[in-house]
Amino acid sequence: MTRQTFVSLAAGAAATAVLAGGSTAARAQEPRVVVITARRFEFVPNQITLVEGETVKLQLRSEDVTHGLFIRPLGIDQDIAPGRTTEITLTPRQPGSYRAICDHFCGAGHGAMKMTILVVDPPVAGGGGASAR
Amino acid sequence: MSRELDRRRFLRIAGTGLGAGALYTVWPTLGRFAEAGELARRLGKETGEAPTPFTFVQLSDAHVGFDGPVGTRAFEKAVDIINGLPTTPDLVLFTGDLTHDTEKAGEHASRMTRFQEISARLRVAKVHHVAGEHDAGLDGGDLYRSVFGPTFYSFDHRGVHFVALDNVSRARPEVGAEQRAWLMKDLARFDKTTPIVVFTHRPLFDLRPDWEWFTSDGDEVMTILAPYENVTVLYGHIHREDHHALGRARHHAARSLCFAFPDPETTEDKKAIPFDKGEPFKGLGLRLVDRHPGAPGAAALQVRDVELAMSEYSGTEGFNQILRPATF
Repeated sequence: MTRQTFVSLAAGAAATAVLAGGSTAARAQEPRVVVITARRFEFVPNQITLVEGETVKLQLRSEDVTHGLFIRPLGIDQDIAPGRTTEITLTPRQPGSYRAICDHFCGAGHGAMKMTILVVDPPVAGGGGASAR
Repeated sequence: MSRELDRRRFLRIAGTGLGAGALYTVWPTLGRFAEAGELARRLGKETGEAPTPFTFVQLSDAHVGFDGPVGTRAFEKAVDIINGLPTTPDLVLFTGDLTHDTEKAGEHASRMTRFQEISARLRVAKVHHVAGEHDAGLDGGDLYRSVFGPTFYSFDHRGVHFVALDNVSRARPEVGAEQRAWLMKDLARFDKTTPIVVFTHRPLFDLRPDWEWFTSDGDEVMTILAPYENVTVLYGHIHREDHHALGRARHHAARSLCFAFPDPETTEDKKAIPFDKGEPFKGLGLRLVDRHPGAPGAAALQVRDVELAMSEYSGTEGFNQILRPATF
């Protein structure tokens, strides 16, 4: 895990229950959920955009075999097993474009299985849109 | 001169990169130091065999069965070149991706058989292999083991300890706790100055993680090897020649026998260098580099303990370059 990023890993409902906390306040702070589906030999979607400092919950699913989601600069190295949802809570600290790869060998097209995570600056109040540095 | 210093200089390894592989010459500097005889006896006791000169070859990434224009021609050519070397190598080390994966029933086994047919033409005493992810990544290495044997092991040869490491059969780029424990136990009997050659498929350091050119627990493996002063790591996977000195260890990648990848410093996308009909072995050819002490770039190849000097035949214009070596 890098100093730039906070990542917590948990599987399924247990993590959801802890994070939600059951209270109205906690629900109000629930992170945005981004679903990423892995299948041979692609991630869907193949690009997501996150905002620096915004905590998001990545929900990872596989449609076929075990895949991996590996992003060294964000401290993510997670297997994605079929038949269940794997969650990663992520707060990116550094804007930029990060290449994610599958690092669980999944067949002949494995080497081309990748996606992009774009982390942009938070929007400035009254200003223009967010941008990646 | 201290015994330790003598031992560091005692055994030298010179590498001759064949482009489609690498030829290494190992020789003890017997007679150069007063304690050479004693050192030979000590190393012989540790490895079971006294150090004597020998050569070995590294080949990598044949991907037999891959549907590409080169097919097995580069592999077969490399075999011919090795058989024609003036000094017959003692060993050939094959650093993974012997075959290309397939899920067609029976086809992967056929590809391994085809690899063995070509490999059997090598007129060398012994061929050792490690698996690549294309050999062992889909089934945990079951088929590979049934054909080639264990995915990790070690052996001694003429005073050098060789260690084959598996960083592919767990599907992920990792060696794993069980194998790391085995490695610690395997090395325990050796003096810190024993020459050790590790051969594996993926790099044991972060060469280009977003191209999957790394081993997740490579740092832990190198920590186990760190006390040893004479460590050379040979690997494949990246389909290009590469040399890194990290700590006291030297890491060397051999080229592929199938297709080449570009320099990761010059491009963001991991795409094979396009095949060129006019230069079918471009990137797979032979190169010669003579190490010139003091010349730019040579310092990276100089090691204190196991001195590795690379000689390689130019691969940019094909195998025919072997008779027209370029030095730099």
